[in-house]
Amino acid sequence: MNFIIKATAASLAAIVALSAPVSAELTGELKINLDTSNPAPRATMEAMISRFQALNPELNITTTVIDREAYKTQIRNFLSADAPDVLTWYAANRMKPYVEAGLFEDVSDLWAEPAIAGSLASTKGALTLDGKQWGVPYSYYQIGLYYRQDIYAELGLSEPADFDEMLANCEAMIASGRKCYTIGTKWLWTAAAWFDYINMRTHGFDFQMEMARGEVKWTDPRVYETFENWGKLVRMGAFIDDHQNKDWQQSLPFVVNGEAGAILIGNFTVSPLREAGLTDDQLDFHQFPPITPGVALAEAAPTDSFHIAANAQNKENARAFLRYLVSPAEQTIINNGANLTQLPVNSAAAVDDDKFLKQGFEMLSTNSPGGVSQFFDRDFPAEMAKAAMEGMQEFMVFPDNLDDVLERIEAVRQDLY
Amino acid sequence: MTTTSAWNITLAKQGWYKRNEIAFTPWLFLVPGIVMFTIYVVFPIFQSFQISLFKWNGLGELGTHGEYVGLGNYEKLLTRDRSFNISLWNNLKWLIFYLVSIPAGLLIALFLNQAVRGIRLYKSLFFFPFVISQIVVGLVFTWFYDPQYGLFNGIIGFVGFEPINVLGDPSLATYGVIAAGVWPQTAFCMILYLTGLNSVDPEQVEAARLDGAKGMKMLWYVILPQLRPATFIAFVVTVIGSLRSFDLIAIMTNGGPFGSSRVLGFYMFEKSLSEYGFKMGYGAAIAVILFLIMMIFIGYFLWRTYQDEKAVNQ
Repeated sequence: MNFIIKATAASLAAIVALSAPVSAELTGELKINLDTSNPAPRATMEAMISRFQALNPELNITTTVIDREAYKTQIRNFLSADAPDVLTWYAANRMKPYVEAGLFEDVSDLWAEPAIAGSLASTKGALTLDGKQWGVPYSYYQIGLYYRQDIYAELGLSEPADFDEMLANCEAMIASGRKCYTIGTKWLWTAAAWFDYINMRTHGFDFQMEMARGEVKWTDPRVYETFENWGKLVRMGAFIDDHQNKDWQQSLPFVVNGEAGAILIGNFTVSPLREAGLTDDQLDFHQFPPITPGVALAEAAPTDSFHIAANAQNKENARAFLRYLVSPAEQTIINNGANLTQLPVNSAAAVDDDKFLKQGFEMLSTNSPGGVSQFFDRDFPAEMAKAAMEGMQEFMVFPDNLDDVLERIEAVRQDLY
Repeated sequence: MTTTSAWNITLAKQGWYKRNEIAFTPWLFLVPGIVMFTIYVVFPIFQSFQISLFKWNGLGELGTHGEYVGLGNYEKLLTRDRSFNISLWNNLKWLIFYLVSIPAGLLIALFLNQAVRGIRLYKSLFFFPFVISQIVVGLVFTWFYDPQYGLFNGIIGFVGFEPINVLGDPSLATYGVIAAGVWPQTAFCMILYLTGLNSVDPEQVEAARLDGAKGMKMLWYVILPQLRPATFIAFVVTVIGSLRSFDLIAIMTNGGPFGSSRVLGFYMFEKSLSEYGFKMGYGAAIAVILFLIMMIFIGYFLWRTYQDEKAVNQ
């Protein structure tokens, strides 16, 4: 009974929140910590918070934006020492240590509310651990190959339909004095995108998940096959030189200047590439092509999320904020092409009329029968991910070290599981 | 007789503090320092020892979330962890090559130790790298080494060498970072020697000159022995500085490529506190080992200081 009243009140609140001036305004404090330090996401979040503030003028909101990389190490301090009410983080395995340590608030009650239960169902799995939900998503994005279609057209190339064509395209690119793919592996995770895709295309989504659960040896012949496919690209010189000391931002000029044809990365790369002067006639997107025939295509679509700290002081305000940010209206605004340029998590929200968003949305909703993973470092336990990604970086520089690299990763796996 | 007893009576009348003033007061002044040192240095050392015996991810209480593994962390570190070996070797490289800054500092100090117009300005300029933040030094050197646009490849290209990617090459990265570290450290050693040179006894130099000493002989037999205190401090500070190296590695290579430029301090951070590091106990074990290595040098430093004090007091 109590629950029903609460749920109706909440869904009422959610409905009211959509139709602005809210009757029951929030009071007190709300402390928000954000890792959205890149210019576009930062502006988006700040605008969203100011809209929430306008609805609740009595609420005293404090926002702290922390550098995205630094945030990853600071989170454990502020969660226990100086807990904010609401904070950004990542779904799946990346939130596990904090959930296990009891630092994230269980928000299953929010997910039971009809306004959320129905419309966020697609991302529920990513935020569920031990049968409970520990946060709400605010955005997700596709990963794929962003390529210079003007250069492809100039060389008479088209979007590859399979891996052989991808290799053939690459040969043509190299013959024209360019590199096929730009990448910056200083922070390692960019290399993991290549592993994710080549592994999922070679052996499928389920194999990738078996690996994530530690059920497959890294010295397994199937893993070798994945790396051999990857090695074909590495050995032919598909990737730019000296990628090991560049971050992904530093790798973008190669695409902008036409020295490299494509980049495998998330949709967040579109905004800096557009700012650097590439038009939609020059830049296009295609899905990673199949490698082993018959293996169902699977995608990686990382979900970014908001959580409530277990030590938060103002949990009711925090819940109201989470309800607000997943509402269809807000989801439509913050994910549009002028803001995050990502995909909304609420099924009632509209995907913006943006070339890349439309392609990404279509790919994820219709052409990913194998499944949708989060991303290598969100699916695999932190330590495993670190060791494996370091090995991948080494492999991309010295492909001949493969045996040694895989043995080292395997040693970590045996220690961990 | 009467005066003595009167004196004794006044002594007895004085409070306990008055009677023990000489012995007690120094301790009174030391108390704030001792308290701080205990809370912030001694206690954490023992805490690190304790944590290093656990498997713990640093979240939640050690007592409830930690699992006691005895010396398991050390056993793994010393027998099965290749990254640890690489880090240890890199620490050794740091230790040896960082010492270059001592003779380099001496050389510059000797060069600058002359009365020329504007020498203060030159001295300040040479001291400059020590004043700016290590992070800035790291960034400057990262740009300097940049394989496409960096000055370094421009210079070696001019001499006719192929361009090399210093920070991207696992066999060169550590040396590249050390070189960046030597730059400010040289400035520091230079200052130590400059102050040392100020206190060189001019009469001894004069006497040596009359005896016909000059050049290297003069430096080796007359100047350097008088600079011994400066050399000693420079040596100790440089050694400890080399073992503490962290910020340059973090900013220049982030331990990479593929972990080849890590040192123990950085590896400890990576294992326990970084983005993917949740092994507090393992990190603490690395910290303890680093501490023991440092203890050798700190112990030597304390022993030497103690011996010197004893010699002075005799």
